[in-house]
Amino acid sequence: MGKTLAEKILSDRSGTEVCAGDIVIAPLDLVFVQDSTGPLTLRLLKESNLNAICNPEKSILFIDHSVPSPAKELSNDHAFLRSFAGETGVVLSDTGEGVCHQVVAESFAAPGNVIVGADSHTVTAGALGAFATGMGSTDVAVALALGKTWFRVPETVRIVVHGRLAKGVYAKDLILHLIGQIGADGATYEALEFGGETVGEMTMPERLTIANMAVEAGAKVGLFPSDGVTKGYLESRGRGEQYVALQPDADATYERTIEIDAAWLEPTVAKPHTVDNIALAKELKGVPIAQVFIGTCTNGRLDDLRIAAGILQGRIRHPGTRLVVAPASKEILLAAIAEGYITTLVEAGATIVPPGCAACLGVHQGVLGDGEACLSTANRNFKGRMGNPDAFVYLASPATAAATAIRGEITDPREVL
Amino acid sequence: MLRGKAFKFGDGISTDHIVPGRLLHLRSNLPELAKHVLEDADPTFARRVSSGDFVVAGKNFGLGSSREHAPIVIKMSGVSAVLAQSVARIFFRNAINIGLPVLICDTSGINDGDELEVDLEAGKVKNLTNGGEVSFSRMPEIMLRILNEGGLVPYIEKYGSFDVSPGADKNRRQPL
Repeated sequence: MGKTLAEKILSDRSGTEVCAGDIVIAPLDLVFVQDSTGPLTLRLLKESNLNAICNPEKSILFIDHSVPSPAKELSNDHAFLRSFAGETGVVLSDTGEGVCHQVVAESFAAPGNVIVGADSHTVTAGALGAFATGMGSTDVAVALALGKTWFRVPETVRIVVHGRLAKGVYAKDLILHLIGQIGADGATYEALEFGGETVGEMTMPERLTIANMAVEAGAKVGLFPSDGVTKGYLESRGRGEQYVALQPDADATYERTIEIDAAWLEPTVAKPHTVDNIALAKELKGVPIAQVFIGTCTNGRLDDLRIAAGILQGRIRHPGTRLVVAPASKEILLAAIAEGYITTLVEAGATIVPPGCAACLGVHQGVLGDGEACLSTANRNFKGRMGNPDAFVYLASPATAAATAIRGEITDPREVL
Repeated sequence: MLRGKAFKFGDGISTDHIVPGRLLHLRSNLPELAKHVLEDADPTFARRVSSGDFVVAGKNFGLGSSREHAPIVIKMSGVSAVLAQSVARIFFRNAINIGLPVLICDTSGINDGDELEVDLEAGKVKNLTNGGEVSFSRMPEIMLRILNEGGLVPYIEKYGSFDVSPGADKNRRQPL
């Protein structure tokens, strides 16, 4: 019987033939935590008898969620992570290196890997054909100690995308549209698997944006096939030898299949306070926006900054709208400087903050005031998400964000292209 | 047998509602963080909840971030179990891993303030206020074993590894 991508990867890595519904123990190719979940994980390890790290070279501690630290308590958490790395030899990715999921994509994840991270957006690495999923601190503590974990092999929802995205419409619009269609629990406990001619043509940054948001539909993983695009990306990262081709079998069994004609999509926005509360950007014209935030593991990549800079070139942000930009990694920041995007954005009135999660989770670097609305390129808009339960978060593409920064109200980017 | 009062919440209560990011600096000070449990869903919950009470919710409870501090502070508040129509995957695993029972059942007949009795063995929730009774889905064997040991860390300390019998767990849509 044919296999989905999830069934193939878990069969291969566990050494048993498994299909949806089976419970499987799989060895892990990468295990990581970040500074908001890591301290709890490491305390569990220190206080239990599970205190040895199975594979230090495949274990990473990321300090990315609140960098540089805005509070002494967080500084102490960071110090704890650093000293643990020193004691155990696990990999440390410290302040300024970037958001864990971006660094994992750039330097670690490969097709066929099984990856767990103590962060829900670990699904991002599905773009490279890795079975990558988020877990809590305890699961990850045990994963660090044993080098393996257990999964229930998920049923798969196949998403087939045809047609070309129109000008001004991006991967972010596609995934927001899909989540709006199936709902915030539309794929709970399931795998999303993307395919179709449009997916084959998508760049790696586009795939990363889509895979990143699989968890916003409740999915365990968001998997892309591994193909020529994957190979090219890995080669560009000096990791060409890690490429393996990975496609689902033609006779794989799917829970259901959803077809999307990308040509009909328009710039899309998730309204407060749920990611599936979808509208078109043009329907929200006139909604005032106090802050635009461009960045995160969803849309803080070089192409995103290029798109934003292209729209903001020679223009200036609306005086009533702050513009905060956080490149997702150090490499992206350096490339954006070299390409001139940072200059363009700063000239347009942007505040550049360091590579990291920045304003996304409401700790610092762009906390909203009472009644304020932010249009963000991130992946979550729950009540209180950006540090204030009396504020409002809209989610959209970098192009919609840039257009909105110019006008000071939600703007369909096609109006300014 | 668990007994307590129902605190009723709606659909889509995220881990941001339970422990918001603005309190990130308290994550290594759990007793202080627990004073804010579910603050953005009901600011009065933390001071009204008593030992043994239940969080009763609608669909997709605990969606969002993987922060395990969310089930931890719910447990620290004295809540004996979470009852919901459905729960998000990571929250479900986290709750079981720290020894907080999560029971998936029809919560539509439970009102805020109802007195409930939960029989974990029999899989039944009795509503002592209105006489209603609902069953909850049995969780997979591996999770029951983890829960019975008080969580994943004590489980692994005792057995050394996952004790997963080969074979299938074909219950559809189990929250793993």
